[in-house]
Amino acid sequence: MAEKLYMIALSPTMEKGTIIKWNKKENDSFTEGDVLCEVETDKTTMDYEATDEGTILKILVPEGGKAAVGEPIAIFGEPGEDISDLLEDTIKEEPTNESVVVKEEINDNSLKDATASKTLENGNLDRIKISPLARKIALMKNIDISKIKGTGPGGRIIKRDVENYEPVQSVKDIKKDYTPIQVETSDEDVVIPLSDKRRIIGERLSQSKYTAPHFYLTVSVDMSNLLENRKMLKKKYNLSLNAFIIKIVANTLKKHRRINATLNNDSIIEFGRVDIALAVAQEDGLITPIVRNADKKGILQIDDELKILIDKAKNNKLDPEEYTNATFTISNLGSFGIDEFTAIINPPGSAILAVGMIKETPVVENGEIVIKPIIKMTLSSDHRVIDGALAAAFMKDLKDTFENPILAIL
Amino acid sequence: MSIITMREALRQAMDEEMARDKNVILMGEEVAQYNGAYKVSQGLYDKYGEKRVIDTPITENGFAGVGIGAAMAGLRPIVEFMTFNFALQAFDQIVNNAAKMRYMSGGQFKVPIVFRGPNGPAEFLSSQHSQATQTFFAHVPGLKVVAPGTPYDAKGLLKAAIRDDNPVIFLESELMYSWEGEVPEEEYIIDIGKADVKKEGSDITIISYSKPLRYVMESAEILEKEGINVEVVDLRSIRPLDEETILNSVKKTNRCVIVDESWPFVSVASHVGWLISYKAFDYLDAPVELVTSEDVPMPYNHKLELAAQPSVDKIIKAVKKVMYI
Repeated sequence: MAEKLYMIALSPTMEKGTIIKWNKKENDSFTEGDVLCEVETDKTTMDYEATDEGTILKILVPEGGKAAVGEPIAIFGEPGEDISDLLEDTIKEEPTNESVVVKEEINDNSLKDATASKTLENGNLDRIKISPLARKIALMKNIDISKIKGTGPGGRIIKRDVENYEPVQSVKDIKKDYTPIQVETSDEDVVIPLSDKRRIIGERLSQSKYTAPHFYLTVSVDMSNLLENRKMLKKKYNLSLNAFIIKIVANTLKKHRRINATLNNDSIIEFGRVDIALAVAQEDGLITPIVRNADKKGILQIDDELKILIDKAKNNKLDPEEYTNATFTISNLGSFGIDEFTAIINPPGSAILAVGMIKETPVVENGEIVIKPIIKMTLSSDHRVIDGALAAAFMKDLKDTFENPILAIL
Repeated sequence: MSIITMREALRQAMDEEMARDKNVILMGEEVAQYNGAYKVSQGLYDKYGEKRVIDTPITENGFAGVGIGAAMAGLRPIVEFMTFNFALQAFDQIVNNAAKMRYMSGGQFKVPIVFRGPNGPAEFLSSQHSQATQTFFAHVPGLKVVAPGTPYDAKGLLKAAIRDDNPVIFLESELMYSWEGEVPEEEYIIDIGKADVKKEGSDITIISYSKPLRYVMESAEILEKEGINVEVVDLRSIRPLDEETILNSVKKTNRCVIVDESWPFVSVASHVGWLISYKAFDYLDAPVELVTSEDVPMPYNHKLELAAQPSVDKIIKAVKKVMYI
């Protein structure tokens, strides 16, 4: 019996996913545990593993297409099975605005084009008057119908309008005899549709910034001792600075429980665990892999875990449990040459530490000017949970520990 | 190939089938001694005698019933209605007995009968005698309904209808009897249920059948001169309907006008229009347009009578509307 294969929730917050790649094509067979396709969720790309065995009879959502959780993405069963009833069903199931279920007969390849979904995603198209034929041709040619001028009755877009449509010619296309000035970059506007991830980042951070009253405290930390210690260890261990920072922050948080907390309706939860997220830049946004229970781990273990997490983050391979529900976040832009900055709190945490670069800085010490490796750290705090004095006490403790790392083991 | 009238083509079909099978009989008002009200049965009475070519009284309900009984008993009657307007008298026999007997007897009875005669408006006959009745009959499961538009199709289809083991409504038209066309000497059969592309074209499909086919062909010729390349699909058979030919043509041209001389509401034309919207939706570049008779009883006044029916002018207007010209 052929069955529909449904999109499942691959992360706790996933509402819909984009199929990045089909690992199985139509007529490919699979067994339990095979990776059927790769799905981009709100944060990462996940493997969709088969929980059953069979043969892919029909792919309903092409690569690049989206499907909400619970929507069919393919039909599978025995080779050669009649799936016309199931196809009929999928036509009846109301597709969401974002998802495009390919509704053609099996032997009609015309709409299989993966680009088909893109045109429909580009907005609310159901108000555009267009003949069914013209709509189909536009889908096949991947033309954005909102840009076509209709010449049918009442401005209806018809076949000839789509066929005669030419995208606005760009300056680059004009062929002239003069030698153009060689400029590598294009002068055209580039329109990049929001990825799910970009959208979620936007939503979450706006919500954080709008709802949590942020305040900021900056301290200058003398890193001489810590760098000395790191240098000393370097003969044996090549440890990242981030591992040290996470460890020291974790230990300090353990002493300042209110900084490691969250607002939960009419109560404040001071977390028992210290799960520290580190913001990692990716091409299409950032993600925050988490070192769990960092207070209970040594720097070596933290460093090892970080290497794995950062590698996975950069390849979009993080599992949801590896990036959700941190109690505190660190954002380090030191490697970009940033002196200091303020970061937006990453919920459910109530504070985030923004770390700048280590900079040789003249410092007055005992009436003399000395050069010290100074780093500026800025804590953004949610004033609903954390008061200024509490945050200041935490920062003082943090500064002391960074300047005298031995305090971390007291 | 000889050129003969449709009247002659129909006569040949009956003659050949009566010669082939002694169970084939012809009955109706004035079919025998008078040689047919429209001379379709000319000479058959002399040739086959009074037992096989039978004059009936003016009792449509009665002789239709006799014909159905004869068919159930093993004969293959051709029942001629002087016009299908009079077949409404026999509607109960046709709908309740002819159409359903095979079904209701669990297949124990076959009803191999042909009801034939002129259908649709002719001239100066007013509203009771100028009705295109195809939609009435096409509505009923159990009946086959055919309506040829040329002598060639008429002969081939009538022979198929006589050999069919089910009741067939065979619709002619008074004005078509004198239309001429090529008909081969050798025997041929046209299967019921097959439409015919009367003219290939690429810009628009006009679907029609029976008498209006002539206006459609004239319109296509005029439109051709204006650069519009028309494809003409002649249904020939209304039930069963050749969906494949209809859909293939519309998928090719993306536009469609249906010309039907019956009334527009719940008609053969409206059914075909729905069919296209349902099965060829993604191929349409414009809504399907219908050209039918006006939704009124037929006027007696000749100008109004003509104005109430499909015409070349109306067809061309509809085509231009669908072509967005």
